[in-house]
Amino acid sequence: MNTCFINVENGVKIPFDIIPMLNFENFYEEIINFVNSDASVVLFFVFENKDEDELQFVAVLRQEDKLFAARSKALSEYPSFCTHSLKFQLFEREIAEQYGIKPIGHPWFKSVRYHNNFVNADDLFGNDYKNDIPGAYPFYKVEGEEIHEVAVGPIHAGIIEPGHFRFNCAGEEILNLEIVHGYQHRGIEKQLLNADLKKFPFILESAAGDTTIAHATAFSEAIEGLTNTGIDDESKKIRALALELERLANHVGDLGALSGDVAFLPPAAYFGRIRGEFLNILLNISGNRFGKGLVRPSGVRFPVSDGQKHNFVSKINELEKEIISIADMMFVQPGVLGRFEKTGIVKHNTATELGLVGVAGRASGIDYDVRRSFPVSAWKDITLDNIIEHSGDVMGRAMVRYREIKQSLNLVKSLLDKLECSNPDKCGYKQPVLEPSSFIVSMQEAWRGELAHCIITDSKGAISRYKIKDPSFHNWNGLELAVRNEAISNFPVCNKSFNLSYCGFDL
Amino acid sequence: MILDVIKNKIEQKCKTSNYPKEKIVLPENYRGMPLIKNGCSDDIVRECAENCPVDAIDSTKRTIDLGKCLFCGDCEKISNSEFVEFTGNYETGVSSREDLIVGVNTKKIELSTNAVFKKLFGRSLQLRVVSAGGCNACEADINVLNTPFYDLARFGIQFVASPRHADGLLVIGPVPVNMELALKKSYNAIPDPKVVIASGCCAISGGIFKNNPEQLKGVDEILDVDLYIPGCPPHPMTALSALLRFFTNKLQSSKA
Repeated sequence: MNTCFINVENGVKIPFDIIPMLNFENFYEEIINFVNSDASVVLFFVFENKDEDELQFVAVLRQEDKLFAARSKALSEYPSFCTHSLKFQLFEREIAEQYGIKPIGHPWFKSVRYHNNFVNADDLFGNDYKNDIPGAYPFYKVEGEEIHEVAVGPIHAGIIEPGHFRFNCAGEEILNLEIVHGYQHRGIEKQLLNADLKKFPFILESAAGDTTIAHATAFSEAIEGLTNTGIDDESKKIRALALELERLANHVGDLGALSGDVAFLPPAAYFGRIRGEFLNILLNISGNRFGKGLVRPSGVRFPVSDGQKHNFVSKINELEKEIISIADMMFVQPGVLGRFEKTGIVKHNTATELGLVGVAGRASGIDYDVRRSFPVSAWKDITLDNIIEHSGDVMGRAMVRYREIKQSLNLVKSLLDKLECSNPDKCGYKQPVLEPSSFIVSMQEAWRGELAHCIITDSKGAISRYKIKDPSFHNWNGLELAVRNEAISNFPVCNKSFNLSYCGFDL
Repeated sequence: MILDVIKNKIEQKCKTSNYPKEKIVLPENYRGMPLIKNGCSDDIVRECAENCPVDAIDSTKRTIDLGKCLFCGDCEKISNSEFVEFTGNYETGVSSREDLIVGVNTKKIELSTNAVFKKLFGRSLQLRVVSAGGCNACEADINVLNTPFYDLARFGIQFVASPRHADGLLVIGPVPVNMELALKKSYNAIPDPKVVIASGCCAISGGIFKNNPEQLKGVDEILDVDLYIPGCPPHPMTALSALLRFFTNKLQSSKA
């Protein structure tokens, strides 16, 4: 389609000036054309352009394996894009919360993370942040004498991150679920506006600790793009290996947790331990179970030795047999199937309308994986089969995970096989000098889905905006709709089938 | 169906470790207790201190504050192990914040225990875990203590679903302002006598986010902490050994 948006590539920098600066009417019209042709939103945010002394919208859209970007001046209010596509709803609320810019006609205007905006503008939600969260939050209420509200959290029974769930139920049946976030908000994006570059990798790794490798890799590739640094093949393979180990650890843990939630305990115990085995491989490589400190700009800090490679290969083979044996046993149990199948359905239309990504999207038939659509680094040489299910239920999401586990095990074996066991640490400790007045988008397929970092540098080469989008940002709505008309006792298994990040969302 | 389950159980066998009867050795790359050396030049120490993302190194006193330390190992690499070398000693839990500031040639840190806690909780300890802003790494590594290899329950330690059932609180995360009220309410709901455990560098000092106004600088800003477990995240063995040393007599290396 014809557009004045510019084509951008994953991990490739462009001068900021060549991003088309459109007047708002034009910007609006172009975006509508995109969404009418089924485009998705990768990023939509505002940043303070100090060189041009104004706030600007930046939009990065995705259509058919291409990325498009443009910007526009941001005034104090604008007509909401939600009238045409709900994919924008959370991005618009985030902009309102961060920069005090109002989307007129937003279908459900409420806060995202409960914090003061970055520019001392008037608060648009009627909140006084000296009061405790959630402030003046417009909870959805269903009227009627038989309706009762169930409030869960922020602190939950299990050992999981905090978040608030508000159910409106008629008897056992959930009529509506509303999820309130913000409890994990640590102020990362604001911190990154001013932080010392030496802290960046650590901050980003801790944005969502279970997604350490994906965040660290997105960051490193962005910095490498901004400094014209190439990295050696061995580092590329180790990064891909670490990403897949992260995916394996989390997916295996999830299958175990799902099994535990339907009271079939053997896989919960076995997968819980096996998850630890994958983390131990990461520990063996990098000294940290989550791979914190492994991936840095210019490569990786730790090599894989010959001895380690052989140990890992035999370990993976051993674990593969165990996983398949346990999963095959799990997926034939009537008790398990009875709870998984037809539970928490998110239909394909709903998933597309909301723009779900990753495992949740693939379970509802959305065929999208960053590793295939926007391959960078080692992924350019790897062919991946697509993995989709069409049921959109808990079983679908569990099946996508199981099939991805099998795919990742093969990827890990193949990557290990190709490792040359060289690679002295080339990462160094000098702060990199970034290309001034530049723009770069760096995307990864984290284990939950599409993760994107965007860096904009100013005329002096300092980072003037670091935008982070964790895949959970797209998917929490999916959970809210999945549990509609389910029995409330099915909520835990639905929640675990999504297993989204609270801290990655809250930043 | 049930035969499949039994067959699997036989295949899996018993995977529980024999700790503490059998010592556990972690992989070579694991970064536990740092051993600070005296020999290198002040310039090298200063370079390490400047590069430390959390300012955990005091270059004049040559100390590392384990309550801030991310155990990233950058100082070890920058100094080529001349200033500090991270050892395999994972027993770094302590009961007093000052004990986390480790100086030259310190090979291990003593964990002084409280005889009253040992008497009360030594055979049965129920803990309420509250995640207050944690990045999910600490949460995951606490959850793993329930899995067969570590099997916390065999020591009489359990994680419970309500503060009303608990003897103490285990706090993870830097305590964002948005979680302060919930954390205080959880603490108040635990019947006395109670303990508070801060797990992970975020809970001890605010971590990499410590200067952000959106959060506190560690749990001890609002609660009295009895046990500190350093790390980012603390290895499950660090948490396990700290809990056993502090509450039980299973590891006879601590002084009452």
